[in-house]
Amino acid sequence: MMAPLFSSKLLIVLLFGTLFGLILGVLPGLGPTTGGALILPFTMTLDPLSAIVLLTSIYCAGTYGGAITAVLINTPGTPAAAATCLDGYPLAQKGEAGRALGMATVSSTVGGIFSVIVLVFFAPVLAKLAYEFGQPEYFALAIFGLTMLASIGEGSPIKNLIAGAFGILISTVGKDFMTSIDRFTYGINELSVGIGFIPVVVGLFAISEMLTQSTLLDQVFKRVALKAVKLPSLDDYKKTWKTILRSSGIGSFIGVLPAEGGTVASLIGYAEAKRFSKEPEEFGKGSIEGIAGAEAANNAATGGAMVPTLALGIPGSATTAVILTGLIIHGVRPGPDLFREQPDFLYGIFGAMLIANVLFFIFGFFGAKLFARITLVPNKILWPMIFAVSVCGTYSLSQSIIDVWIMLFFGALGFFMRRFGFSVVPVIIGLILGELVEGTLRQSLVIFDGNWLMFLTRPIALTFFILSFIALAFPLLRSKKQKK
Amino acid sequence: MNNVRNKKRANKSLPFFFKDEFKVFFVIIFVSTILLVTTFTFDKVPPILNRGIQPATFPKGLLVLIMFLTTIIYYLSFKNPWKKEKKLPKPFFLTILSFIFFVIISKTLDFFLAISVLSIFVSYNWGEKRVFYLLLVGIIFPLVVFIFFEMILGLRFPPGIITNLYYY
Repeated sequence: MMAPLFSSKLLIVLLFGTLFGLILGVLPGLGPTTGGALILPFTMTLDPLSAIVLLTSIYCAGTYGGAITAVLINTPGTPAAAATCLDGYPLAQKGEAGRALGMATVSSTVGGIFSVIVLVFFAPVLAKLAYEFGQPEYFALAIFGLTMLASIGEGSPIKNLIAGAFGILISTVGKDFMTSIDRFTYGINELSVGIGFIPVVVGLFAISEMLTQSTLLDQVFKRVALKAVKLPSLDDYKKTWKTILRSSGIGSFIGVLPAEGGTVASLIGYAEAKRFSKEPEEFGKGSIEGIAGAEAANNAATGGAMVPTLALGIPGSATTAVILTGLIIHGVRPGPDLFREQPDFLYGIFGAMLIANVLFFIFGFFGAKLFARITLVPNKILWPMIFAVSVCGTYSLSQSIIDVWIMLFFGALGFFMRRFGFSVVPVIIGLILGELVEGTLRQSLVIFDGNWLMFLTRPIALTFFILSFIALAFPLLRSKKQKK
Repeated sequence: MNNVRNKKRANKSLPFFFKDEFKVFFVIIFVSTILLVTTFTFDKVPPILNRGIQPATFPKGLLVLIMFLTTIIYYLSFKNPWKKEKKLPKPFFLTILSFIFFVIISKTLDFFLAISVLSIFVSYNWGEKRVFYLLLVGIIFPLVVFIFFEMILGLRFPPGIITNLYYY
């Protein structure tokens, strides 16, 4: 499994990716999704395996990095670390920042490694299953993915559905891939090739965050002092090992479902840790179990989210959508054939994720104090620099100034979407899945001679439709139950 | 406490078209309608070449779905009004203004100059008054990024008054 990684070049890429991911995770507002999108153009100078190793190591380390800021300044570096603030910061305020970060580091590493094991065993099984899929099944699967995203993602399910539909709509801009007829191009030549993924993702994440930061300039962060990260004591291990394992399982499972993996997983992991705890009253006041529950779950979601990405070509989260784009840009088509034709490539990715989890443990353990200092870079200096990288990165892929303007447009749009409670993640997933949804629908209709009811005669497709219906009904039932 | 009550009352008495719920509803429906009208101008494929559905059908379906779901969220907002958002501060509008400047300068003068102007403008308006740091974000850093992209990725930036000095 590790054989492809025993080259100095790949190890350097892994080291760089882990360090860069940690820095991105530590900086509030940035994160593995934005960072992955920004670094995507640079990966063009690398071979496909190095490029994906770089992106996946950023993903693993960035997810953990959010915990450092959550514990020390009570602000999650990434949305997935939001639940870590609840107990991490109170514990740090009691003068036990080192203990809190130690537990976050250990549980993140265990969660991450657990999820890689799930990935290694589960992804090939899913890929084998996908051999049975035809066009109607892929269409039903993509619909299931989008409805799951709407249902268990953050915020209102209906708003998430609108955002997902909008993402698919963006994918229809340009020449129709089946008939070459222009759609929504308004006579602009550059639009006939469609709207690229990078301008949209950089706009929706980096530029909209820049606008958000412009509204938070009066915010003052108070950083708790940190002497050194401490390994958890034997008592802490005894108290938390069950929680870590449970959250690792929860995180891996949630990660497999197409949604905002880490964020949802950490909230559920935290809630379950509280439910099973002998001291639930300690939660919110600095419970070590709370930190373990949230951190193991959010890192476990990384491997889980890679399962559908690699096996089916359906991203499990926003960051895996970036990784999927990286795969496509480098000419690698995820899906069952990838498992049959390029096993070395896949084992390279699995091994890289495993090593990245060990590396961020080492970096986190010895360097958390240093990484925490990065949060001291003022926004008034940091964000103009991020803007410069965003603009050049977006321009570089197709050397089109129109792409840069599109990025700015989506930046402003993303800001207002987030302001009014629309998540931007479904837009990204919708954009990625758009061609698959439309293509499989149209090809299915050709197969079915235009008869829509024929979808119901395919058992796998029907199962996905029923699951989609349940996914849509779930929030309704949940809100009714809560009212009772 | 009285202040909070008065504020709530003030929000309730706002005409419907001033509320966020209506503004969002209106914008989405308005834009979707324009896009829907556009779909009627798409070329049609002759039946013999048509595979499944016409190219306009799928976007039409999506737009109708978006309009339908938007109507539902607006209807639901009568029961559960949205949280009132804080007014946007001045730096936000200045940042948006800087994006407009960026588009104009990058189109008419120079791409690199546009990045520099935006970086200095944003940094200054966000509170940075020290000249060294303004030069760092406005000139030194963009220059490093420019050279990095140019040399490592072999990227050629669009011509302009400053970029031409480098290329010729």
